[in-house]
Amino acid sequence: MLPQIIFALVTFVAFWYAYKQYNRIWKNIHLGKEIKVTGDKSQRWKNVVLIALGQKKMFKKWIPGLFHFFIYSAFIITQIELVEIFVDGFLGTHRPFAAIFGGLYTFAISLIEVLSLLAFVATLIFLSRRNLLKIPRFHKPEMKGWPKLDGNIILYLELALVIGIFMMNGADTVLQSRGVEHYTQTGSFAVTSWLGPALFGGLSDGALMFVERTGWWMHFLVVLGFLNYLPISKHLHVFLAFPNVFYGRLTPKGEIDNMDEVTTEVKIMLGLEEPDPNADMSDLPEFGAKDIFDLTELNLLNAYTCTECGRCTEACPANITGKKLSPRKIMMDVRDRMELVGKNITDNKTDCIAAAKKTDGVVLSKENYDDGKSLFDSITKEELFACTTCNACVEACPVSISPLDIIVQLRRYDLLTNSAGPSDWMPMFNAIENAGAVWQLSTDRDAWTKD
Amino acid sequence: MEVKTMAQLAAEGKSPEILFWVGCAGSFDARAIKVTKAFVKILNTAKIDFAILGNEERCTGDPARRAGNEFLFQMSAMMNIETLKNYTFKRIVTTCPHCFNTFKNEYPALGGEFKIMHHSQYLEELIKTGKIRITPDGTIKGKKITYHDSCYIGRGNDIYEAPRSVLLELNTDIIEMKRCKSDGLCCGAGGAQMFKEDEPGDKRINTERAEEALATKADIVAANCPFCITMIEDGIKEKNAQDKVTVLDLAELIAAGLD
Repeated sequence: MLPQIIFALVTFVAFWYAYKQYNRIWKNIHLGKEIKVTGDKSQRWKNVVLIALGQKKMFKKWIPGLFHFFIYSAFIITQIELVEIFVDGFLGTHRPFAAIFGGLYTFAISLIEVLSLLAFVATLIFLSRRNLLKIPRFHKPEMKGWPKLDGNIILYLELALVIGIFMMNGADTVLQSRGVEHYTQTGSFAVTSWLGPALFGGLSDGALMFVERTGWWMHFLVVLGFLNYLPISKHLHVFLAFPNVFYGRLTPKGEIDNMDEVTTEVKIMLGLEEPDPNADMSDLPEFGAKDIFDLTELNLLNAYTCTECGRCTEACPANITGKKLSPRKIMMDVRDRMELVGKNITDNKTDCIAAAKKTDGVVLSKENYDDGKSLFDSITKEELFACTTCNACVEACPVSISPLDIIVQLRRYDLLTNSAGPSDWMPMFNAIENAGAVWQLSTDRDAWTKD
Repeated sequence: MEVKTMAQLAAEGKSPEILFWVGCAGSFDARAIKVTKAFVKILNTAKIDFAILGNEERCTGDPARRAGNEFLFQMSAMMNIETLKNYTFKRIVTTCPHCFNTFKNEYPALGGEFKIMHHSQYLEELIKTGKIRITPDGTIKGKKITYHDSCYIGRGNDIYEAPRSVLLELNTDIIEMKRCKSDGLCCGAGGAQMFKEDEPGDKRINTERAEEALATKADIVAANCPFCITMIEDGIKEKNAQDKVTVLDLAELIAAGLD
């Protein structure tokens, strides 16, 4: 009875803590502006199937694509065994599914074992790619410190998960072959039928039982650890890739969203519309995005979904040619800012309440937040203005993240609200405004027809 | 060369089938004007009923929007839309991917719904419908071509095959660059970069792209965008390869091979 009580207790604490963490992610994403989901729903589901489930874009680089697929499919299929672990843990049974499903059970566990073995090899390859091979996208400035460690921790956890499975199944196989009571006959598993005897064949029954329980608990505890580690790591993409791909834009990549809040102003300016006499002119509007509150929920979901793989940065023409811009860093900066702001709001740090909105008893919220900082504290103009809007980063992302959408919104803030931006652009702006062309020239637009 | 404007045709009570949107580069940039003239030559050969806006045409606003200057973009866009509402035509064709993209994807939100084609698509149509026939002349025959995907025709609008099918009419091989189609590398001009100095870095983007083009050992770099042409030509000059490699627009290549 004691193991069941411990199991239930550990499960409860882990899920309660995970609930708090995922709730934090949910709330932080909602610090952004609400999005309207438009367009063809069936296309959205198609994207989920092809891009998220099918990992279509991962196979653009087929070597890491294939190894990632091993880990991904092992991750999904292993959930079958996890269900049984929960049943056993709560009820104190031992592999009850074997008797219920018979040969199907042997097949399912065998499949898990084969995929786990492949995932094990893939994880070792990924560890060496990250740490031994000099793959540039893993060694950019934004990958120093925690991001590098984070990437490695996940891989070590994956090794632990797989080792746990092979320990429990391997020892179990040997115990079954010795006809030890309590160890239900499961049929012969694809990997542990030979790996089990090879590794543990010489152990006593007691030692085998210890190995089996250690593997079982290790796998289970690492799963719970994983669940709680994801929300503080770059690895949320295992869940968020799906909604992120679903909500991702369906319009052609070349299209930049219209700022409807500007359209009425421009129409009035051009005399196409009459100004509204009752319009409230007291508040000077701000345009573009300065902070996470100005970005959309989709932008923020993008930031949490990013797993820092760096395919965007590797494809970015500005980054390739040594400029400071790295689309991955933009996503990381947005996420880090969102985490900080979210924490301040949760902790109700009243010194972050905007001075003008500070009254007795008022609570810190997204409506009154002002800590004197913004995204511009981490994202420099040098980065923003190096972008060629070429969409290589958007194309490269395996999970439909758009760093470009954020870059354009930040540029808009700098240009429209700050009236800043590169001074080189002034002649071009003036020419468009005054001469209707990107260059101010004295010739007629159709002069070429006359020579 | 004589090219009618929409206003002239309207005065005669006529409306053309095609409105040729020339764009700023096509109107004012000496290099791009050659492309404009080549395209007009093709239109004339195919006996297409077309006209331009002339002085009524304005910048579509593309660089302003991408720079972040949304007011200026919408102003320019709405003025164009208002102008176009005065005229009747079936379709707009342009030789500029940036103009194409704003018309196709961004003007509808401002009330400007027009049928727009980029000339790479239109050339494909002219060839397929037999309106033009090509016999590759001496300057192109037997030469190797590499094709540079502009961002706003390629990734921006997923048009990869139309320009290639036009090039195949020239009876030459296309040698693809290391980065091509959806992985194509930008020339460095987009996002209003054309109008400013680069941020500090190791090299210019057009140098990188020119190196890739030169690595194919092609004799001709085919392009579909006036800004790409400028950028890649500059890159090739920097590498002192301008005598060996020519950068040409699809329209120039087709015009040179017209029957």
